[in-house]
Amino acid sequence: MNVEKVVTRNWGKPGQNTLAGYKQHGGYESLKKALELAPEAVLAEVKKSNLRGRGGAGFPTGLKWSFVPKDNPKPRYLAINADESEPGTAKDRFILENDPHSLLEGIAIACWALGAHTCYIYARGEFKYPSAVLDKAIAEATAAGIFGKKLLGRDFELNVYQVRGAGAYICGEETAMLESLEGKKGWPRLKPPFPAVSGLFGCPTVVNNVETIATLPAIFEKGAEWFAKLGTDKSGGTRLVTLSGVCNRPGTYEVSMQTTLKDLIFDEQFGQGMPHGRTVKAVIPGGSSAPVLTADEMGVALEFEAFKPLNSMAGSGGIIVMDDTCCMVRCLWRVTRFYAEESCGQCTPCREGMPWMTRLLRKIEEGRGEPKDLEALMQVATSIAPWPPIGLGNTICALGDAGALPVQSFVTKFKSEFEQHIAEHRCPYGDKPWGAFGEFQ
Amino acid sequence: MSDAVAFTPEELKKLDAGLSELLGHYPVDRKRAAMLPALRLLQEIKGWCTPEGMKHVADKLQTTVERAYEVATFYVMFHTQKPGKYVIDVCTNLSCALRGAEGMLKHLEVKLGTQAGTNGDKFFLRETECLASCGTAPCFQINEDHHENLTKEKVDKLLETLV
Repeated sequence: MNVEKVVTRNWGKPGQNTLAGYKQHGGYESLKKALELAPEAVLAEVKKSNLRGRGGAGFPTGLKWSFVPKDNPKPRYLAINADESEPGTAKDRFILENDPHSLLEGIAIACWALGAHTCYIYARGEFKYPSAVLDKAIAEATAAGIFGKKLLGRDFELNVYQVRGAGAYICGEETAMLESLEGKKGWPRLKPPFPAVSGLFGCPTVVNNVETIATLPAIFEKGAEWFAKLGTDKSGGTRLVTLSGVCNRPGTYEVSMQTTLKDLIFDEQFGQGMPHGRTVKAVIPGGSSAPVLTADEMGVALEFEAFKPLNSMAGSGGIIVMDDTCCMVRCLWRVTRFYAEESCGQCTPCREGMPWMTRLLRKIEEGRGEPKDLEALMQVATSIAPWPPIGLGNTICALGDAGALPVQSFVTKFKSEFEQHIAEHRCPYGDKPWGAFGEFQ
Repeated sequence: MSDAVAFTPEELKKLDAGLSELLGHYPVDRKRAAMLPALRLLQEIKGWCTPEGMKHVADKLQTTVERAYEVATFYVMFHTQKPGKYVIDVCTNLSCALRGAEGMLKHLEVKLGTQAGTNGDKFFLRETECLASCGTAPCFQINEDHHENLTKEKVDKLLETLV
């Protein structure tokens, strides 16, 4: 299986994370090309490329850009979401570390198309090293006259600022991120209005993920048609995924839209299979909020549309593998506890429901569970967000769904394991619930 | 960084210089937007978000001190109490847990003689949100410096450096 590299094509080349190195490998040539085009023509190219958002929702990027109203006299903003924090996801961090100028060049192309003169990059607070690399790249690009009063000499002012978060998963939700950028706690906003109409400071704002924007230079280097052709009918290009949990070679990989989950876990160039004697029991395919899949469902391609029939999602590309000796109750407890911790507290179903589910799961895991607990668990989850399908949540933002979907999918697909805990009044895996690599050595 | 809660003149000068630069990143009528970077700067200077510091930041951002407190208490990386000398944030989420994070946390608790979630003079050991090290698990951060692919040997070596 040969994957043509897009986002990672220059990673590891000497000096790639500096301006000089980036330029040596063709850097900022795509921006020159884009600036030759009218903003509308740049937008048309992005639409033609079938680029979809890599942050989790997979929304078509060109379409999102086209929602910015043409007749609104207020300033426009581009906000880059680098608040990568969905459990299982570690890809944007590596773009910032390995190739920060690919993001900056993408930002310049996007701002030209959108008529935005200010871009804020919201990086999560824990990204000390990636943020330092990015800050240096911004300073280099500004000193070189790429950013500032004149974008590459054009009469177009563009200022790019990095803003660091301070430890809040919720700020990866786009409207919470905007609140945080406005200097507030990260409480998501009701939508509509969507950010493209009323976002940062009440102005039209496009919010895009790091990987999405870092893909733009390649699209303008090799053409929208080339990019679209790499993918499927509805999803252009390739994508970055993070493979974690139980497999021989976890890591961050660029895969094609045709690569299946099974390929990713077992192929020599990716995960290199399972440790000796172990088999796959469960796979979370798109960050820990994505409904879990069984080993029988591993034939699915890592493309946005393909997950719909399975009532799951490609999400942020965080793929977590659990082997046949992993305790599903314990795994789910960890996932649910995360969402309980990270609920912002704004909506009652999420604020109260997540800790409740966490307590129920702990009770079952510790052998104190009763049959009615399983019912209660499903009832609480369903009141936060019924499933399937995805997207029926009763809360302002999708964190409610994110915490409810794992519960419903784990309990539905691995029910017997939950029932066994309750019937035997113990965890069948004893003090080894974490599978092949669960011991700290 | 002085231990006193009150600012030294040098600290105040550094804070004010940083704040005026930060304010240049936002529209003139949106000074409050600089709250997160401003509190980060305060914390870099004082080690934590001191009451006096938050009042100062709020004044400069032309907002109320309640707005500063609201932000400082919402985000876990801001300390509204003086933290231990070494803040150790351990990821115990699923990807790390499948790679030994629970055992690593226990190991740290025993080695450091503390309980996760307890702030002490020297160590503040905490469980934290996913740190984007899923393919390089397990991981933790010591005073925001990131360490990944951790083993018992690596952890013990790192701990020896924390004096």
